[in-house]
Amino acid sequence: MSPKRGIVVSGLDLPETVSMQASSDNILSAVRIDKGFPGTKALDKVDFHLQRGEVHALLGENGAGKSTLIKCLTGAYRRDGGSILLDGVDVDPRDTFDAQRMGIGTVYQEVNLLPNLSVAENLFLGRQPRRFGMVDNRAMNRKAHELLSQYELELDVTRALASYSVAIQQVVAIARAVDLSGKVLILDEPTASLDAHEVAMLFRIVRRLKARGLGIIFITHFLEQVYEISDRITVLRNGRLVGTRSTADLDRRDLIAMMIGRELAAEIRAVQPHAAEGEPRYRFRNYGRRGRIDPFDLDVRAGEVVGIAGLLGSGRTETAEVLFGAHRADSGTVEIDGRRVELSSPRAAIRQKFGFCPEDRKTAGIVGDLSVRENIVLALQARRGWTRPISRAEQNRLADLYIRVLDIRTADREKPIKLLSGGNQQKAILARWLATEPEFLILDEPTRGIDVGAHAEIVRLIETLREKGMSLIVISSEIEELVAYSTRIIVLRDRAHVAELGGERLTADQIVEAIAAANERRAS
Amino acid sequence: MTSILRTYLARLLPQLIALAAILIAISMTFPGFLNLEIQNGRLYGSLIDILNRGAPVVLLAIGMTVVIATKGIDLSVGAVMAICGAVAASFITSGHSLLETLFVTIAVGILCGVWNGILVAVLDIQPIIATLVLMVAGRGIAQLVTEGAILTFNDPGLIFIGSGSFAGLPMPVVVWLVFGILVALLVRQSALGMLIEAIGVNRQASTLSGVLTPVLLIAAYMLSGLSAAIAGIIAAADIRGADANNAGLWLELDAILAVVVGGTSLLGGRFSIAASVLGAIIIQAINTGILLSGFPPEFNLIIKAAIIVFILVLQSPRFRTAFAFLAVPRRAAKTTEQEAK
Repeated sequence: MSPKRGIVVSGLDLPETVSMQASSDNILSAVRIDKGFPGTKALDKVDFHLQRGEVHALLGENGAGKSTLIKCLTGAYRRDGGSILLDGVDVDPRDTFDAQRMGIGTVYQEVNLLPNLSVAENLFLGRQPRRFGMVDNRAMNRKAHELLSQYELELDVTRALASYSVAIQQVVAIARAVDLSGKVLILDEPTASLDAHEVAMLFRIVRRLKARGLGIIFITHFLEQVYEISDRITVLRNGRLVGTRSTADLDRRDLIAMMIGRELAAEIRAVQPHAAEGEPRYRFRNYGRRGRIDPFDLDVRAGEVVGIAGLLGSGRTETAEVLFGAHRADSGTVEIDGRRVELSSPRAAIRQKFGFCPEDRKTAGIVGDLSVRENIVLALQARRGWTRPISRAEQNRLADLYIRVLDIRTADREKPIKLLSGGNQQKAILARWLATEPEFLILDEPTRGIDVGAHAEIVRLIETLREKGMSLIVISSEIEELVAYSTRIIVLRDRAHVAELGGERLTADQIVEAIAAANERRAS
Repeated sequence: MTSILRTYLARLLPQLIALAAILIAISMTFPGFLNLEIQNGRLYGSLIDILNRGAPVVLLAIGMTVVIATKGIDLSVGAVMAICGAVAASFITSGHSLLETLFVTIAVGILCGVWNGILVAVLDIQPIIATLVLMVAGRGIAQLVTEGAILTFNDPGLIFIGSGSFAGLPMPVVVWLVFGILVALLVRQSALGMLIEAIGVNRQASTLSGVLTPVLLIAAYMLSGLSAAIAGIIAAADIRGADANNAGLWLELDAILAVVVGGTSLLGGRFSIAASVLGAIIIQAINTGILLSGFPPEFNLIIKAAIIVFILVLQSPRFRTAFAFLAVPRRAAKTTEQEAK
């Protein structure tokens, strides 16, 4: 994908080449920002300069300090040192509202509006137009309509926000933030749950705001999008500034090297899929659950990674949940090593040495308030039962072991897991299952929402586990990645298994074709 | 070992400070307040009186702590006290032995817990609603048992539980001390404590990790029912009769307050039995102090509320941020958590 740059809108004299030094055109400058948490230095004298009318990508691994920097800029955190200049004036936002008033607006990945209120109410919450002391709904709705028309959105502004797609909600959040603040717009992972069409719509709006002279900070894990939309890139690593570059002058390889500090990127591609041999250990026959996933047959051998591909809503997660007993199968049989077993609940599956890393880490994976140690030993302790506690010494040993082996970045094992970054949380959940010494591991989107470094490490871990003879089911929406580590791939569509690809046919093109063919069949 | 003791002390520090402050305040007004004396081999004094009077709420708070740790709440404990008091009185008056009476009463309390637990864990009803059912129905059941009258009894064994003494301490104090220590040992020496905290923080993740969620939830409500049964026996033995209307009335709210004053979050998760016991004693100390002060009784509830608000302010994250230099390390870590949200 070629970077699309130099979109100059008439009436605005944007500089074609962006300067790298702090210049008078900086709308926001953060100078030598320090921020520490107990046990860690989250930001170490970080400089960041945002110019008027630029899209500035802020990149780095999880735990690099992106979120912390943003939170210092928006007053969500109090910085320990350094200064923030907005329009050349020293500012010190006390909280996010304060920052908003000054002109710094933020839109988060999870839209932080009120889904049960109308679109108009969300746009004008706390500043509704009034008439005779009462909220003037008609004026509010009219103004909301005008505001959104600037974003090419024709909505019924009286309808509840929740009745619109996440993408529309995202735009409403942007409209509110820009209307409130109007100098700096921070977009924190805005595209994480959007499809390609919606991303295109969002980017049109971002370009338009850029043309209006806003400074836009864009945080994402999708490097293609960085090259598509950004003018400059700032990379953080381990709380330090690695550098700020012009997007046009930085090729992807160098960018990844800046982000992870080592050539992990090449390693992902070096992984070669191997065909597993021998008899299947696990035989699922006519296995399914009405309304969730149509009955399917599945054989899995020891030392095999079976990838599951399909579009969102095609039944990927449902397949995983039925396999793990989280939703009980209502048809079919399972044999392990030729022996009939029942997988009626997660506990039953765990007894058969199954493990499952769910897609939604936050609601189904981590136990946020508990420590990293307790999160790691949880499944093992649950399997032993409450009467046989794992001794504290043994818990410490297990936690330290996995923190070291999986390189979980945490100040210590007693830190509440919710304070860790996404990639490290994911590793801790993996550790929870590895501690139970599983033989059949189901990973649902193990690399979603985590940075390049942790990504590569998890891909390598999948390979290591496979070599040790474990059976793995891996679900991912990144087809290239699936092809890299899967021995076979099952393609899903409309809650049914429609194709199985292996050997020669195991290529990204074949998978895309299988999904597309299935969709054509549906259309005809 | 010392480090474990230190974290334990650090956890209880705010409650200990609050209790000490209240006791000192009362003793400054009433110089004889802290005096203890031994008569007939038994300790007497206002301090002992606080521990004794506080027994029902301490017992309820022990069970309530575990329920709240699962992100639940048990509103029925006051009514269960009334049921159990009524059952104990009617069994002992109808000629059953003390052991039989205690056994049946405790079984009834546990059964009430099973009912609550099934509503919450199996039928997935919100705990506040599920336990409201028994809170309302419980007094009716108790009245059915006592047939509408106040059932009095003269069994010396049962009365001993309410007003006797053992090793120099009143029996109710001995009972809650032993029960509290047993429960604390049970949850912390086994893996129950951690599994319950895990359920309270994230039930779905715990279930997916293989935790036997429904069974543990029911067990938590059973423990609460057991606590209420013991509290009911003590309350009935104390007045030598079962009053279906007034036994344990509003005590569920005192028990919840004790847990909150003890620093366990109503959102579930981390809990401490000892802190809740301290919380219950703090509440009783306030009650006793106000009674001693001779204020008109109308003021009692308002003064109590004011003191409790003060204690809760002391515990609030905002206050701790402002006075972070006073905070112990563990507390400081909690504060950053709040900020991270």
